[in-house]
Amino acid sequence: MQLNSEAMPEQGVFQRGNMSQSNQAGNAATPDSAAQLDIFRRMLRIERNDDATRAQIRRGRITAPYYSARGQEVIPSTLSNLLTNDDKICTIYRGIHDMVAKDMPLRPLWAEICGRVDGTCKGKGGPMHLTHPETGVMVTTGIVGSSMPIANGFGWASLLNGDKNVTIAYFGDGASNIGAFHEALNLASVWKLPVIFVCANNGFAEHTRYENGTSVDFIAKRAIGYGMPGFTVDGNDPFDMYAHAHAAIERARAGEGPTLLECKTFRFMGHVFGDADGYMTKEEKEAAIAADPLPAFRQKLIDTGIATEAQLAELQVKLEAEVQDAIDFAFACDYPDVAELRRDVFAEEIPA
Amino acid sequence: MSTDTPTLDTVEMLKMTGQQAVSAALFQAMEEDPKVLVFGEDVADREGGGVMGTTKGLSTKFGDLRVRSTPIAEQSIMGAAIGAAMAGYKPVAEIMLMNFITVAMDMIVNHAAKLRFMSGGQSQVPLVIRTLTGAGWQTAGQHSDHYEGWFAHTAGIKVVAPSCPADYKGLLLSAIQDPDPVLFIENSQTMFVPGEIAANQGPIPLGKARLVQEGKDITLITYSGMVANTTAAAAELAKAGISAEVIDLRTVSPWDKDAVLASVEKTGRAVVVTEAGRYFGPSAEIAATIQETLFGKLKAPVRRLGGPYCAVPFAKVLEDAYLVQSADVVAAAKGILG
Repeated sequence: MQLNSEAMPEQGVFQRGNMSQSNQAGNAATPDSAAQLDIFRRMLRIERNDDATRAQIRRGRITAPYYSARGQEVIPSTLSNLLTNDDKICTIYRGIHDMVAKDMPLRPLWAEICGRVDGTCKGKGGPMHLTHPETGVMVTTGIVGSSMPIANGFGWASLLNGDKNVTIAYFGDGASNIGAFHEALNLASVWKLPVIFVCANNGFAEHTRYENGTSVDFIAKRAIGYGMPGFTVDGNDPFDMYAHAHAAIERARAGEGPTLLECKTFRFMGHVFGDADGYMTKEEKEAAIAADPLPAFRQKLIDTGIATEAQLAELQVKLEAEVQDAIDFAFACDYPDVAELRRDVFAEEIPA
Repeated sequence: MSTDTPTLDTVEMLKMTGQQAVSAALFQAMEEDPKVLVFGEDVADREGGGVMGTTKGLSTKFGDLRVRSTPIAEQSIMGAAIGAAMAGYKPVAEIMLMNFITVAMDMIVNHAAKLRFMSGGQSQVPLVIRTLTGAGWQTAGQHSDHYEGWFAHTAGIKVVAPSCPADYKGLLLSAIQDPDPVLFIENSQTMFVPGEIAANQGPIPLGKARLVQEGKDITLITYSGMVANTTAAAAELAKAGISAEVIDLRTVSPWDKDAVLASVEKTGRAVVVTEAGRYFGPSAEIAATIQETLFGKLKAPVRRLGGPYCAVPFAKVLEDAYLVQSADVVAAAKGILG
């Protein structure tokens, strides 16, 4: 995909809101074989984990609202391939795929969504609020838009530290209409923070269709108003994602400031698991599922000789075993003691 | 409870205002700890060192990366404070006036206060929010409210409200080094009043009340802008032969229950005086705790004095009527003592 086309917006896949000339057509980074395989591994890890989560909910073993990211795997998988554990993410209640992509270990993840004491947050956060600093999962917010102002703080810390780490703020298309988005982009631009604002535009803000709640045809256009590059990316295409994520991360590491990436995608399971999807047409949902990026990328890896069918089948078996191990671990863990109500309110435990 | 007042023969005493004491604390904290950051609207010297001048000189001394003026965007200010705090810094964010905090409530209430608990102790948010407020300047209902009750009601954030220069400095030094988020309330009627302070005033622990004066007949419990009126009331009561003990809480949350309960157990009578509205206000929690704990030992019901149930008004005559005056405290105490 070209990185510098002015003509593309009409075709609906790419919008260039960039005023700098740093990303020229022809300079687009492409993932090598190892990177492609790694991106697929992360995608499949997300999908297998999501599938297992839904199965456990259907069986009544987990009682929590669940926001499946099925269909949106490419975005965090590609970004995470380009990040280290020192790079941070601030994500949202619909963000378990962002953590799984970042290679957060599944045992504490599952223990947390099952409300157990060995969960990454001792069962006090739950599936909407996971934290795992070791893999850079710093904040998972249940408040639409709130990942962005906090990501700026991590970006400021990187400037103060003089390190080259970047912080990703994940959010959805609906969050681009809340004040936090606008305040955060403005500050990040003025302070040239190493923050990348990654919007998964799945076309629906909860139940509201994009155009009924958003004033512009492309969220990336909003970057112009904040003096930063903005791109509309095919969030279901690992190559387009890679090129734009690579450029944004390089720009941030080089101290040139933030980027807004609007990544077009679709969620197959509605807003919350169990959603009847009455606000979308059957046809558009079927079309999106028919264009499922996961099997398509899998086939591409085989067709281009990057992996064999047997290798990918083996990868799947391995990932399924990892997920199953995490489930078994989680359900064997204890529930938190009620004394936890007095712990972690402050650094010092509140006396009984 | 302590008096924290060093004696004149051992320590050099200075005269400074609360504002100068806050400034001194910021200089000292930034000097001692390179992780301390100061930021907010207009705080850098290019913008005048704060609209009140409280942060003047800091950016020149400590650089523009540690002392930063921000856009007028409180949510963004608090978000940056939270992220930087979680990344190991000790940000002191200035929200110019307490009413402006309302547009950053999500960041403070849902995030700063709760992230330690919700992450099972993995996240630390050691930030300070400095904010100025208080009636008396005729700035009306959007520039002078005392909303400490909201934050005291939110688990996970401490609320500090000094009333004299020594406490402004000592409590701010402690707040900056505290591992948890602290709301630090600067009151417009106390911040610019000169008072005595030790030249080497160090940290004063949070959560410990100050005994302003001892007494045996009644306990007057207050903090922030109401300490002066309440102390004046105690002097008035003394003329009528009533011995009032005055306690300045200094920290609204967690408040010094031990000091308050010990005092009321001794006197058997209490009046709680706040600038904050009385209705569902901080005084309700304090009075209820006293009555739950000391019911059989009380000689009279606990009285509460605070702002009436309306916005802070503009007209001077109304603003004066809004604020608890020392005559109100005197009348309440005399009413209790019959």
